[in-house]
Amino acid sequence: MNAPLLAVNDIGVRFGGFVALQGVTTEFRPGRVTSIIGPNGAGKSTFFNVLSGVLTPSSGSIRFKGDDLKGTKQHEFVHRGIARSYQITNIFPDLSVHENVRVAAQASRSRYNIWTNRNKFTELDAKADAALEAVGLVAKRDETAKFLAHGQQRALEIAIALISNPEVLLLDEPTAGMGPEETKEMVALLEKLAAERTILLVEHKMKMILGLSDRILVLHHGRLIADGSPRDIQTDPEVRRVYLGQNDGYA
Amino acid sequence: MTSPALTVSPSASARKPARFKSLVTKYRVPLSILALCLLPWLLPSKALAVNVLIYGTVAVGYNLLFGYTGLLSFGHAAFVGTGAYITGIAIGQFGVPWYLAVLMGVIGGALLAFVMGALSTRTRGIYFSMVTLALAQLVYYVALQTPSWTGGENGLRGFTVNKINLFGFEINFLDPVNKYYVLMMFAALALWLVSRILNSPFGAAIEAIRENERRARTCGYNVERTKLLSFTLSGTICALGGTMSALHLAFVALDSLHYLSSGMIVMMTLLGGASSFFGPFIGALVFLVMEDVFSLWTSHWQIIVGSIFVLFVLFLPKGIWGTFLTKVMR
Repeated sequence: MNAPLLAVNDIGVRFGGFVALQGVTTEFRPGRVTSIIGPNGAGKSTFFNVLSGVLTPSSGSIRFKGDDLKGTKQHEFVHRGIARSYQITNIFPDLSVHENVRVAAQASRSRYNIWTNRNKFTELDAKADAALEAVGLVAKRDETAKFLAHGQQRALEIAIALISNPEVLLLDEPTAGMGPEETKEMVALLEKLAAERTILLVEHKMKMILGLSDRILVLHHGRLIADGSPRDIQTDPEVRRVYLGQNDGYA
Repeated sequence: MTSPALTVSPSASARKPARFKSLVTKYRVPLSILALCLLPWLLPSKALAVNVLIYGTVAVGYNLLFGYTGLLSFGHAAFVGTGAYITGIAIGQFGVPWYLAVLMGVIGGALLAFVMGALSTRTRGIYFSMVTLALAQLVYYVALQTPSWTGGENGLRGFTVNKINLFGFEINFLDPVNKYYVLMMFAALALWLVSRILNSPFGAAIEAIRENERRARTCGYNVERTKLLSFTLSGTICALGGTMSALHLAFVALDSLHYLSSGMIVMMTLLGGASSFFGPFIGALVFLVMEDVFSLWTSHWQIIVGSIFVLFVLFLPKGIWGTFLTKVMR
């Protein structure tokens, strides 16, 4: 494949005396699903926060399409092409489903226009509806977002993240709190999305990860301890040792 | 997000907006102006009606920041007072024509709002409120300590506007009805501006920030800059209200800068309903009418108004107009 889309070099994150990430070096090539796994507190969310600009790493560098992202503010990440969802559902609860996505679409079009009527931006409405179509929420278009079922809220958040047409999509536990039926729908959605963009996934559901991922990274105590295909990871002795006794369903 | 104790979430709650509500929303500016045209004939005095205009404008401007951006400022009296003082000083000490004095007051208030906003929007929640309060008190003490400009504790006098020349017509500004309708044009302008802002893409951006600041940032909004613009616009509208009050009273009280005045703006807004466009105006109306009526009975009118306010916050958090729109008209 071609050059890496996103590359991190020797990333370290410290909170006071606590080391959340240490010496993480890796790169992500376009058009794949990479899952990041590890026990609780391994640094998965911290890693995601670094990749999406929420956290500035204490050391190391991130390059996206060859550009160093040092000093790039969090809100600029999405304009560059890196979008994300959160572990805890993160939507605009009191806005309608359509407006949730429309306002996200608007961020790349008009942020400070205080004069034009927003209804004149019809292309944003169309874009929002297309995104709702993609995640199967068209029927709920005019509902207030907080009244959606949990799984639908998660799908809405993905629609919000997708609207900028990101090259890299970071999904932090998209199936958190979902039942088997909702999970199945989400997996189908992710498979569809994976055809068109680079997806990074933090998940706990092993069966899902093994089925969906092209590549798996394993974090433990803030260090990258394994990196390979699902098959490699399943047989990796270090990973087995870390997960032993945790009964995550595959050891 | 702001701290829960301070956030009065003004939410659009109706799942499917009723037809009446959407009509009211669509024609909110013409309807509001129609209501304002009738107002002086429905109230006990013209002076009260002018006060409603002034504080209604201030509250609607304030609500841009509070209700729609979700930022609780305790310092908006600074912009009202600054607008009033600059207008008064410009007319009284420099003989500037009234309309230029109004413009100067608005620009001065806008600049102050920009500076105060730049300092305060770096903080969040209770800290934001406290910084706005502290900065506004700073403005109060500056006015207190510069009596040669502001009249200090005695307030600013000596800039009575008797006649106004408007589109070639000379209008006697001392006549209360004339005064009302001249000032109403400013109030109408403010309502139209705020409505436009709320309908704009920027209006959607501030609502997104109110709803979920983190998500808005992740969507690509520069939250700090958006808040600063909202703060500045809000302060500008409040400054316009201040200049109106200077023209009306031909006097600027030092108290107009006091934090109690800021608190009153917050109360009016909450009373009328921070979730709606016209709510704050209704809040100003009801507050001032209550003050007018109850202060005839007792000098302790604030106890009654305060109790009613508390009851509203506890049981009708959407305020008078917000409750009317969501409950009665559905």
